[in-house]
Amino acid sequence: MEIVKSAQSGTMQSSDLMIFLEPAEDLLIDIESTVKQQFEHLIRAQVEKVLELHQVSSGHIRINDRGALDYAIVARLEAGLKRACADHS
Amino acid sequence: MSDFQLRRTMLYVPGNMPSMLQNIPIFESDGVMIDLEDAVPLSEKDAARILVRNFLQNYREHNKEILVRINALDTKWGEDDLRTVLPALPDGIRLPKADTPEIVETLDTMLTEFEEELGLPIGRFKILPSIESAEGVINCIKTARSSKRLIGLAFGAEDYTASLEIERTKRGEELFAARTRVVWACKAAGIQAIDTIFADAGDMDGLRRETELIKTLGFSGKSLVNPRQIDVVHEVFAPKQADVDYALEVIEAIQKARQMGTGVISLGGKMIDAPVVKRAVRTLKTAQAHGLIDIQLDEEVIYGQE
Repeated sequence: MEIVKSAQSGTMQSSDLMIFLEPAEDLLIDIESTVKQQFEHLIRAQVEKVLELHQVSSGHIRINDRGALDYAIVARLEAGLKRACADHS
Repeated sequence: MSDFQLRRTMLYVPGNMPSMLQNIPIFESDGVMIDLEDAVPLSEKDAARILVRNFLQNYREHNKEILVRINALDTKWGEDDLRTVLPALPDGIRLPKADTPEIVETLDTMLTEFEEELGLPIGRFKILPSIESAEGVINCIKTARSSKRLIGLAFGAEDYTASLEIERTKRGEELFAARTRVVWACKAAGIQAIDTIFADAGDMDGLRRETELIKTLGFSGKSLVNPRQIDVVHEVFAPKQADVDYALEVIEAIQKARQMGTGVISLGGKMIDAPVVKRAVRTLKTAQAHGLIDIQLDEEVIYGQE
């Protein structure tokens, strides 16, 4: 999959997160989180895993996390990718 | 006779709110209905079903009945809802706008196809259709027999009153005929009747009155909009100790009667015969499901030996 247009997914409620996706030449992941200190590395690992699964290798992905659990991070990212990508597979 | 799964409280949980989904394991309702329909804005239909699927796949303890309310089958979302959430194995589907038996049959066929695709036993996914329009009420007697997957019919008063172009009141006189018909349909088909939501989550007295009314009419439970409503409904549906004691006396009396070679006996001046025994057995089964008593009731108690 390739990010071909700007899209967003998620909400600003607690236990949720908002994800903004934009086309870019390189892969860039920015993470803001209410629990950044403890969990940034885990959120990043989760995001990278999903991107790899969907073979997304470029794009600017901004995350504003409000304490989402893994299943929600994955779900929001998958929804965002569906909105932002053209599927070449 | 339907299975004896308690469905006193079927709590709606918005499908696009992680904070509510994550509380599902700790809600003390008999079941939850994760909502992809009215609680989800049109722009988020695609994201909500993915969130619900991911939540269900991670909710391993599965400690209550889980239904998913999909969007109606005549919308562009209904089928995608099924395709996305069914692999995460909810117990069943709450089907909105079940105005005709054919609508339920259509879902039944689709579920069979998904079950074949997923390698599941046919009939794995249950259906709880919503009866929520004048047409739905008129057709509900046939709808109640439209599929082996049905666990009950759920009456939906908000949409029903809208279809009648009337106001919904707290006293509910305007719902009486429709509720009665839904209960008839369910009892005749051997499935459960689930009453509508009570929208005012702050009015516990009103909720209690309405729950007492619908229990009297024959409903097995209610759909709920707020977890705070669970306790009140459970209290109303819990068998009273006096009723349980009386039911036990009835069983003892009828067993004594049968020993004497008759099917009818007097208990405290009242006649005890088969219908009374049937009601007593039902009370005891309910008490058992509530964990109030622990006794074994066999068919022989209900019908006697040949």
